[in-house]
Amino acid sequence: MEYLIGIQGQDFVLVAADNIAANSIIQMKQDQDKMFKLSDKILLLCVGEAGDTVQFAEYIQKNIQLYKMRNGYELSPKAAANFTRKNLADYLRSRTPYHVNLLLAGFDETDGPGLYYMDHLSALAKAPFAAHGYGAYLTLSILDRYYRPDLTRDEAVDLLKKCIEELNKRFILNLPSFSVRLIDKEGIHDLEKLMPVGAK
Amino acid sequence: MALFDVSGYKSHAGLRGQILGTGVGHLIDRPNQEFAVPVGVDPSGFLKSCSREGGVSTDLNHGTTTLAFKFRHGVIVAVDSRASAGSYIASKEANKVIEINPYLLGTMSGSAADCQYWERLLAKECRLYKLRNKQRISVSAASKLLCNMMLGYRGMGLSMGSMIIGWDNKGPGLYYVDDNATRLSGHMFSTGCGSSYAYGVVDSGYREDMTVEEAYELGRRGITHATHRDAYSGGVVNLYHMQEDGWIKVCKEDVSELIHRYRKGMF
Repeated sequence: MEYLIGIQGQDFVLVAADNIAANSIIQMKQDQDKMFKLSDKILLLCVGEAGDTVQFAEYIQKNIQLYKMRNGYELSPKAAANFTRKNLADYLRSRTPYHVNLLLAGFDETDGPGLYYMDHLSALAKAPFAAHGYGAYLTLSILDRYYRPDLTRDEAVDLLKKCIEELNKRFILNLPSFSVRLIDKEGIHDLEKLMPVGAK
Repeated sequence: MALFDVSGYKSHAGLRGQILGTGVGHLIDRPNQEFAVPVGVDPSGFLKSCSREGGVSTDLNHGTTTLAFKFRHGVIVAVDSRASAGSYIASKEANKVIEINPYLLGTMSGSAADCQYWERLLAKECRLYKLRNKQRISVSAASKLLCNMMLGYRGMGLSMGSMIIGWDNKGPGLYYVDDNATRLSGHMFSTGCGSSYAYGVVDSGYREDMTVEEAYELGRRGITHATHRDAYSGGVVNLYHMQEDGWIKVCKEDVSELIHRYRKGMF
């Protein structure tokens, strides 16, 4: 039902998430923000089981901030991703595993931009582009077809729009709006919300 | 480090074991451990065996419609009053709104026992907060407390869908909290098995600039139409209005009388 997408460029990462918080057949909230700011240059996008998403994301968020307070410097995106994955893995075989699917996007001074894909079985993969949700079945092929590592910011936003238009056309569920953010060496920038209109 | 000891800080590994996974359920203030559940007990499996699926003809109280919406002059809260146990009506005048303090209300849907217990516990925690901090608790914090209580018993078969309504320094507050620790802030929520009907009526009749009387009528309509269609909701509409200087109870009207009044438009 929910959808996450991330596209990495040469010196930026573009991420987007839908804004619906649903409960069975009802949309309870139409402006839910599924992106959690872990630090100035790291975002965690989180979807999955109700309750688990916010709890797990806030738990990771507070622990990342605690690390900074205790040690005086921040975790890099790669370290943050591995820390997150370790926590997922630790809970996986407990009585109460967290059923969440994540994208972690960040910019590192030395390594540059990074997009990390994690799923509820605590797999971790660094990828140039990634998506979660039923919408991924429709859009991963679009990303395969049109992605290039040297995309400019505008081209990446156009590619994102292509994906969202495809969802609007073919996906059975209505996802009326998407939050979009871009991370580069300056930090996290909020871009305009994408709201696909009309049937094609 | 001296601060470590004074602050009572527990390391990451110690906390994790304490919060989840050791089979012991904890409440928020640790010295006062209620419901320590022994390892190996499976409350949700036990509950399943007690219900219709397990061949026993008793079901927990589940049916309800409650709604709350923000508008220019505060927050309207409307609830029905039917408590059902399977197809038996256990009570036609159950009280589904808990008056936590003059500035905080909680609604109840789902299992009556769970709602009543946990929301009364929330009321106790709000009172303690006020005594400790000399300041009324914010709606956001109160809802977070309830959410964390639900989190402690995750996967154990609790059933609660509730809304926390209040007025604090940030203005009117409305939060939805449920048994899987979902916590959402919003302008309008409805819970219970009649909620979809209530959403239909309130969404189509809502305007941000309604007068107070129009808002009362919309709340009444939402519950009444939901009770008309949903077998598990009924009784009376209890209507509250959360204003800047506290809540007031507006009215308590029988649903069957209201539905006859609305008949002209319906049939």
